[in-house]
Amino acid sequence: MYTPKMKLTEEQLSILRGEQGETKAKIMETLVRYGDIFDAPEMVKVTHGCGHLVTSFGMGLLKPVFRICDEMIDAGLKVEDGFTMDPRPVDYKNVKCNLIEKAVFNLVMYGKQKDYEERLLKLGMKGNDPFSCACYFKEIGNIPKKGDVLSWAESSAVNYANSVLGARCNRNSGMIDIFGSIIGYVPKFGLLTDEGRKATWKITLKLTKMPEAQVLGSAIGMKVMEEVPYVVGLDKWIGTELNDDATGFLKDFGAATASNGAVGLYHIDKITPEAKELGEKLLVDNYKEYVIDDAELERVYKNYPIMWKNKDKEGQMAFIGCPHLSLKQLNEWTDRLTTALSKQNRKKVAVRTILCTAPAVKEVFMKSENYKKLMSTGAKLTCICPLMYSNNPLCKKHRIMTASNKLRTYTLARYYTTDELVDKIVGK
Amino acid sequence: MKQFKGRVLAGGTYKGECIVSHGGLNTLATFQSSAIKHAKKVIASDQNNPDLYGKNITGIALILPQTIGSTTGGMVLQVICSMKINPACMLFSESIDSLAAAGAVLSTVWENSDIIVIDRLGKEILETAKSGGQVEVKEDGTVIVY
Repeated sequence: MYTPKMKLTEEQLSILRGEQGETKAKIMETLVRYGDIFDAPEMVKVTHGCGHLVTSFGMGLLKPVFRICDEMIDAGLKVEDGFTMDPRPVDYKNVKCNLIEKAVFNLVMYGKQKDYEERLLKLGMKGNDPFSCACYFKEIGNIPKKGDVLSWAESSAVNYANSVLGARCNRNSGMIDIFGSIIGYVPKFGLLTDEGRKATWKITLKLTKMPEAQVLGSAIGMKVMEEVPYVVGLDKWIGTELNDDATGFLKDFGAATASNGAVGLYHIDKITPEAKELGEKLLVDNYKEYVIDDAELERVYKNYPIMWKNKDKEGQMAFIGCPHLSLKQLNEWTDRLTTALSKQNRKKVAVRTILCTAPAVKEVFMKSENYKKLMSTGAKLTCICPLMYSNNPLCKKHRIMTASNKLRTYTLARYYTTDELVDKIVGK
Repeated sequence: MKQFKGRVLAGGTYKGECIVSHGGLNTLATFQSSAIKHAKKVIASDQNNPDLYGKNITGIALILPQTIGSTTGGMVLQVICSMKINPACMLFSESIDSLAAAGAVLSTVWENSDIIVIDRLGKEILETAKSGGQVEVKEDGTVIVY
């Protein structure tokens, strides 16, 4: 048996000794070894039992994952409070693919999707189409409370839960997420501790106009990497109330800090829960500083590499909604596109345009007048992960445009600001 | 020749070629392409990492600061260890990050992998070691750069 460095309760030790089965013992050993690396003193109870898993794609190469899933199912293990999942990879109805692309998706990349989802249902996956990276939307309902301890993965969801909701979760890897949810304990270190939640960077905004959330997040992420930033001056632009506008902004901002760097938690002065409570007391004594003005944001934006083979050609396809769009954002994009098309005397978008949202949000949106307006523009609405789509080697040939810095980072997509992307979509 | 001492997270000995990533290693972007093709060697596919892009990283010592990117990272490391196309060693200049740590533990507990993982070697190793050069790794976490 592995000899733990951390202090375990008698119940936890009995699991580690194998008294509740060999599989559960291996899961506990994984969590304890993981915590020991970070000098975690103990395991703490997961207080928000509903998990969120990052690995939503049934890729054939994930044989070890399927094997462990089968082992857990055979041992009768499951997540008692259930779990939500990151988005599915493909949706041929709304994100059309040619025959060769379909063959690559179906046979090479995501051929095991159905088998994998069957396993996930047995392990406790929520049954009502729970596939979204933004599981914390009220339409989905996987919403932790301030102070809750989570066992989640998905960098943007962990970042949002820690920062905007005030929950506590480390940047866990896939597999660690479900292991903690099954055992009901996670090792106490990093962002689960008061000390680990202190900010080591003070970011001061000196801007003369509303920043693009995804560029601001990118600038901060690339500067602080995995450290915790405390941002001063954003209240001037998004107010001090966590309403739908502010949370939408912070969702996109946070995803960029997490993907362009490795930020798991940020504090926004006068806005996010811990900053409202403790203010600059959250800063460590010898914090580092980064001042962001208009010129700095412009510098960051201009430095994004353009990975298209032919940089001078126009984009062929636009993806909007990585992370998934909220209901408010879907309505805003509908208004934005219809107004811009009208100004161009056009009825239909000039390039393939695909908006991505959560299934539960799509269901609500489809009942609204705006859904008909959006569909009349020729744009499509899907619930996939655009990143999973863009990872198909054949799809890399498409010149994809996006206003998502996460999608830009992980694929060959080219970043445009929201206004620039609207112009491209309406053929301006 | 210069000697470094780090913390052993998965022990073992190695003598041979190294490759150096001066920036964070994006695990998913680096390994995914080779893994999908069931390749016998990983040819690093992260176009944002000029130190590694297009180069073999299977069976040699990979020297890096930390890993970055998607939280699938740990699981991706487990998969490449299971496929036996992993680097022989992962030698971190910084303290290991949570995603790479998960990958090291998953590979040890579930795959019986023999990958060597050492962290806290210090920033200087990134400048001292050169891609294509030789390193020796000892059981106690000593890394000698020749």
